[in-house]
Amino acid sequence: MTTSSSLSDWRVRHQASLDEARYNARVFFKDKLAVVGLVIIVVTIAVAVLAPHIAPYPAQGRGDSNLKERFQAPSTHHLMGTDNQGRDILSRVIYGARIPLIISFTVTAVIVIIGVPLGGIAGYYGGRVDEVVMRITDVFLAFPSLILAITFVAFLGPSIRNVMIAIVVSWWPWYTRLVRGVAVSLRERPYVEAARTMGVRNLTIIWRHILPNAFGPVIVQMTLDIGTVILAAAALSFIGLGAQAPTAEWGLMISEGKDYILQQWWIGTFAGLAIFILVLAFNFVGDGLRDVLDPRSKR
Amino acid sequence: MTIWAYVVRRIALAVLVLFGVATITFLMVRIVPSDPAAVYVGSNARPEQIAQARRDLGLDKPLYVQYGIYMKNLVKGDWGDSLRTKRPVLNDIMHFLPTSLELIITALVVATIVGVIFGVTTAHRKGTWIDLVMRVFSTGGVSIPAFWLALMLQIAFFRVLHLLPVAGQSDIFVAQAHPITAITGMPVVDALITGNWPAFTDSARHLVLPMLCLAAYPMGVIMRMTRSSMLEAMGNDYIRMARALGVPPRTLLYKDALKNAFGPVLTVIGLTFAYSLTGTFFVELIFAWPGLGYYATTSILSMDYPAIMGVTIMVAAAYVLVNLAVDLAQAFLDPRIALS
Amino acid sequence: MSAATAELLAIHDLRLQFRSMRGLVKALDGVELTVHDGEILGLVGESGCGKTITGLAVLGLLQRPQAEITSGAILYRGDDLLAKTDAQMQKLRGRDISMVFQDPLASLNPVFAVGNQIEDVVRLHKGVSRKEARETTYKALASVGLPPDKDTFKRYPHQFSGGMRQRVCMAMALACGSPLLIADEPTTALDVTIQAQILNLLLKLRAELDVAQILITHNVGVAAQTCDRIAVMYAGSVVEEGPVSEVLKRPHHPYTIALYQCLPHGRTAAELQTIPGTVPDLIDPPTGCRFHPRCSHVMEICPTAKPQPVKAAERHWVSCFWAAEGAGLSAGPFRPPTPPDAPGTDDGAPA
Repeated sequence: MTTSSSLSDWRVRHQASLDEARYNARVFFKDKLAVVGLVIIVVTIAVAVLAPHIAPYPAQGRGDSNLKERFQAPSTHHLMGTDNQGRDILSRVIYGARIPLIISFTVTAVIVIIGVPLGGIAGYYGGRVDEVVMRITDVFLAFPSLILAITFVAFLGPSIRNVMIAIVVSWWPWYTRLVRGVAVSLRERPYVEAARTMGVRNLTIIWRHILPNAFGPVIVQMTLDIGTVILAAAALSFIGLGAQAPTAEWGLMISEGKDYILQQWWIGTFAGLAIFILVLAFNFVGDGLRDVLDPRSKR
Repeated sequence: MTIWAYVVRRIALAVLVLFGVATITFLMVRIVPSDPAAVYVGSNARPEQIAQARRDLGLDKPLYVQYGIYMKNLVKGDWGDSLRTKRPVLNDIMHFLPTSLELIITALVVATIVGVIFGVTTAHRKGTWIDLVMRVFSTGGVSIPAFWLALMLQIAFFRVLHLLPVAGQSDIFVAQAHPITAITGMPVVDALITGNWPAFTDSARHLVLPMLCLAAYPMGVIMRMTRSSMLEAMGNDYIRMARALGVPPRTLLYKDALKNAFGPVLTVIGLTFAYSLTGTFFVELIFAWPGLGYYATTSILSMDYPAIMGVTIMVAAAYVLVNLAVDLAQAFLDPRIALS
Repeated sequence: MSAATAELLAIHDLRLQFRSMRGLVKALDGVELTVHDGEILGLVGESGCGKTITGLAVLGLLQRPQAEITSGAILYRGDDLLAKTDAQMQKLRGRDISMVFQDPLASLNPVFAVGNQIEDVVRLHKGVSRKEARETTYKALASVGLPPDKDTFKRYPHQFSGGMRQRVCMAMALACGSPLLIADEPTTALDVTIQAQILNLLLKLRAELDVAQILITHNVGVAAQTCDRIAVMYAGSVVEEGPVSEVLKRPHHPYTIALYQCLPHGRTAAELQTIPGTVPDLIDPPTGCRFHPRCSHVMEICPTAKPQPVKAAERHWVSCFWAAEGAGLSAGPFRPPTPPDAPGTDDGAPA
């Protein structure tokens, strides 16, 4: 009784936001490619979580070699064939979904936690704070992101943790820039001025009025960047700076397959296909979200 | 403010950024846990050898003194010696850079032409099936891992179709029969200048696959940006006005709208140049292309830190310069920019 | 007054509908309009009544397939423009009929010097050498009262003031010698003092270049100052048409009367009137006379049939059952229905 009445009460109070959400959802789901992308992402997450249960050879997925069956072409036993260690590629592709997802979600979350408040503060306060923060981002953005990441991992030493650190270090300024732009445009708005004259603390204003307005663009950027981070992490593993054998990681698998590509094409092909499809999915979803959340950039 | 004041201010900013780039690169080596001196002498060195190396490299001095020496040498052009090749890093870089530039520039030119034309077309045909197909195509371009695309192209064009060479920069027999005189260091260009046709065809054929790999991502990005930027430009009143005065559709698209839409497109071309500078690392690795990327990846794997630092600074510097060029081009393209 | 020589443009029974998210918008409902050589016709009405759409329809600039002309004819020197191909229309635009719009800054391409923009149009239509095109461009600049020199030629739109930008637009529109200019609210975005200058320019262009004009405006005062004849539009059709002095002194249609009463005429704000009700939704327009829900003289017949134009005086037409009945009832000389306040009447009319 109480729950249902408080629920309907909540509904009444939030009618406008509910309507907007429903409208946004309709716009999003009208975009066929975005829906396809969403399905792919959900399936990939499910596959990654359930890997031990659905991989045909879980032990090989985790790295155990099986030298009796090296270089088997795709067949009913091994749908995607086996690699140079005789491991079932399908199982490794399934296990391989875990690392990109973990890396990309963690990394983008950390980047947002660092970059967004910094951008809000720089844009809101302006003046010297803004100047200092922006010049620092200028210098970081002067490096192509990937080379900063590569150089960083090269010095830190190859590992997945270091790949994550390196990507965070080279990527955060993009978000600071993005949010700063929003904050600058909002700084002089009447409701912000009003809050200021009423003595609301600056940090509260940033939290309550500035950052929520950056929500849309940040979410859109995050979705698109998850794809880019997956690519970057795979690239680092590909040149030997990320995941190390015998871990199942798509970039590493392509690297392992590259020497055999002209004869045993299947070793590198399927892992790459998996990266391609997953990144494509995130980009489709990002485009769809952009249409909904970021009205400035209508496609 | 006149356009020249803007140019001067923009150049000053670029110099400042380069200074920051050098500083970050310096700090990166000093902050990370690995000891450059230990790397320098190798893994089997005794402690006193490491100490000696530390003194030789000036690593025992206070950080700010090291920084001063480092910056001074950098400006003088002394970027240290590569631990692996034992040659000065700057010489190595200058030796490998042209071949990479040849690859990057051709890739970007192709990406820009294809991306802009397709982008304009999709904007013009918004909402049709062409638009949908092109959207999948351009998103595919930005989603495909270049190093995987490289392998797929090798399978397709070498193994299946037997059309193009699988790797390398030239065929060894052609190279012996018709050696290229190095002028710019870019084989295709040099062969063209010297009229060395067999070598020209050969190196152009070798260029195709790595170039395609490198062009995929920029093409996707440029196409997407052209499309959205064109859609915005086409909605402007001056397009309606031009139409009202009888300007034909093709001129409207490619002149009136495109010049307005090209600003953001130029910006992303600058950004994709950055991508290509690092993208070429992977592409060169797979195609055994003797360029900067090949040098960089081998240096990274052997922890050749002077070389890594040199490549990092060089890549960042190239990127800063390209962005500078893009900004200046935009100021000349749209006279309002210099005013803001 | 240089009235009525040959018919330059004649629009007959133009009907047009738009496809929109909410449904079909019946935007034009049988528009009748004529413009003669060297004449300035004012097309007056509230926003959304179809003035601009009529202008765009003449030039064939409406978005297809969203906009569809369902019937009617647009005759330019006797040729039906609706029967022409896209290519023919494109050649005609800018050479025979030109159009300028409300916001001159937005109408000019920001990334080309204005001289080049004019020159391009000249080259497009006349196929002359660059040198000749440049001379024509300078002539066009001079004709709109801009200094015909290199400095003007080389400047970009953002380097001009609002009034000068509108002059540039006119120069561009008339550089190829169009005998007809459609000016869509050309002064609305400008300061009041500049407005007068631009209106004078319209008169000067007519006097010097003999350019006939359709001046689209929501401002009856602007039309009164400039035009020979005036056509009042409401919800997609012309409800009254005639010489400016006639229509404004002796308005017959209740809408024209109401519109006229909205003019300040030296009244205080409290005395100002507004037309009751709102512009109708053209997805589901009122039946019969589209004005009837807002009309203070509505009769039984009004919701059932669309009134046809009747002659109220020489060259003065009105489409209204009430006005026709009034005119029919009075056997003697025409008796205007409820004449408006006297004082301001003469202010607006041209000499």
